[in-house]
Amino acid sequence: MDRSLYVAMSGAKETLLAQTANNHNLANASTNGFKADLSAFQSRAVQGPGYASRVYSTDATVGWDGTTGSLAQTGQELDVAVQGDGWIAVQGRDGREAYTRAGNLHVDVNGLLQTATGHPVLGDNGPISVPPYSAINVGRDGTISIVPVGQKAETMAAITRIKLVNPPSTSLQRGEDGLFRTSNNAPAESDATVSLASGVLESSNVNVADAMVQMIELARRFDLQVKAMKNTDENAQITAKLLGLS
Amino acid sequence: MNTALWAAKTGLDAQQTQMAVVANNLANVNTTGFKKGRAVFEDLMYQNLRQVGASTSQTTEAPSGLSLGTGVRVVATEKVFTQGSFNQTGNSLDVAIAGRGFLQVTLPDGSIGYTRDGSLQLNSQGQLVTASGYPIQPSITIPPGAQSVSIGSDGTVSATLAGASAPTTVGTLQLADFVNPAGLQPHGENLLMASAASGTAQTGTPGLSGLGTLQQGSIESSNVNVVEEMVNMIETQRAYEMNTKAISTTDQMLQFVSQNL
Repeated sequence: MDRSLYVAMSGAKETLLAQTANNHNLANASTNGFKADLSAFQSRAVQGPGYASRVYSTDATVGWDGTTGSLAQTGQELDVAVQGDGWIAVQGRDGREAYTRAGNLHVDVNGLLQTATGHPVLGDNGPISVPPYSAINVGRDGTISIVPVGQKAETMAAITRIKLVNPPSTSLQRGEDGLFRTSNNAPAESDATVSLASGVLESSNVNVADAMVQMIELARRFDLQVKAMKNTDENAQITAKLLGLS
Repeated sequence: MNTALWAAKTGLDAQQTQMAVVANNLANVNTTGFKKGRAVFEDLMYQNLRQVGASTSQTTEAPSGLSLGTGVRVVATEKVFTQGSFNQTGNSLDVAIAGRGFLQVTLPDGSIGYTRDGSLQLNSQGQLVTASGYPIQPSITIPPGAQSVSIGSDGTVSATLAGASAPTTVGTLQLADFVNPAGLQPHGENLLMASAASGTAQTGTPGLSGLGTLQQGSIESSNVNVVEEMVNMIETQRAYEMNTKAISTTDQMLQFVSQNL
């Protein structure tokens, strides 16, 4: 069979994968702290005899969009957003330190500070447990201070600090659970320059207009690949007709 | 079928839930003591189709892999316990809670419900009940012929009887609080039920140990912010439309294949 059919087929298949990544971004257009996936095509030349025309393409996840999503005011003390670069350290299901920017935190029944997805938030000394409080406040540097139950407002006591990190983005990878981890497995150093805003949530940074344009472009590119496959098919039919005994 | 379609479909599901939450919030904009809900989304698991760092030869490795997300899901719809504004009613049996805490209500099946709706009334036995007729726990009975009822900020309920010069204390309203109020389960009828996530109720005198105080003659209005909900609604609608567009585009791509090949 003509090899051009396979080249066009791989193009169509990989375009559909890129469309999946784009649809995933669109589906997460209102997920707090979500970072859009970036995918790109890479050429893969296949060496062999004859004319070097077999260059397949593969879709690859080249990273994520690191821009900050817009900040939405919620007024809840335990809704925090990282301002600028940086991440909030949480404990993943595998026990390893992971990073997220989704800051809708709450205190569970055992007093453990958790994200909305149930991952314990890490402080300087492991998971943070918050004693019963009548008021809570999260400072710019992640310091959690509370007014313990039964005390007056002037007894505001700092309990611990949320671990905030800012490792270079090249050293982070998105895991299958959507949390980010360092690629060398070592926990990142906490960074005092990362600042938190309390009472606001970072919305998804998916640029929907961009994603829509991307969607149209991918769909048209897919159509072109299918057209190429169809042409190859027609060529093969005509060849068969010409060579056929009539 | 293709994951591109399913990823977009999860987006539709999530936006639909968000819309239901927004609609419920808007419908309860005038419900006394109502706390607005909020849908929390999470990105679904990622499929690792090509491993990053896989060897491309003995000495080189792929600098990027392919991991595809599979969409979004709603993790929770949580209640937001910010204080609603106080409306003066002048009705002596209306109480608003300023600060943390819930009034306890005995339900017909004997279980305890929790509410911030303090528009209380009397039933035929003179018991303090909620608007749905459920008695307040601990039970307080106003004696017949009481000329006036006053409720102190610490929950003391006193009644002035006909002919008496000084009011007599007839009971004390208590408040219950939870470690994690967001974990309370909404039950309808302005009631919330304790759950494993909320922890057990700690009851106490209003104004003590972190509990709020009571304010007679006022009710706490809903904490729904109409403008915020409208903005949420616009955002939800547009996100829904774009996910629909993603489904139809993917569908057209597949249709093009089946028609042309």
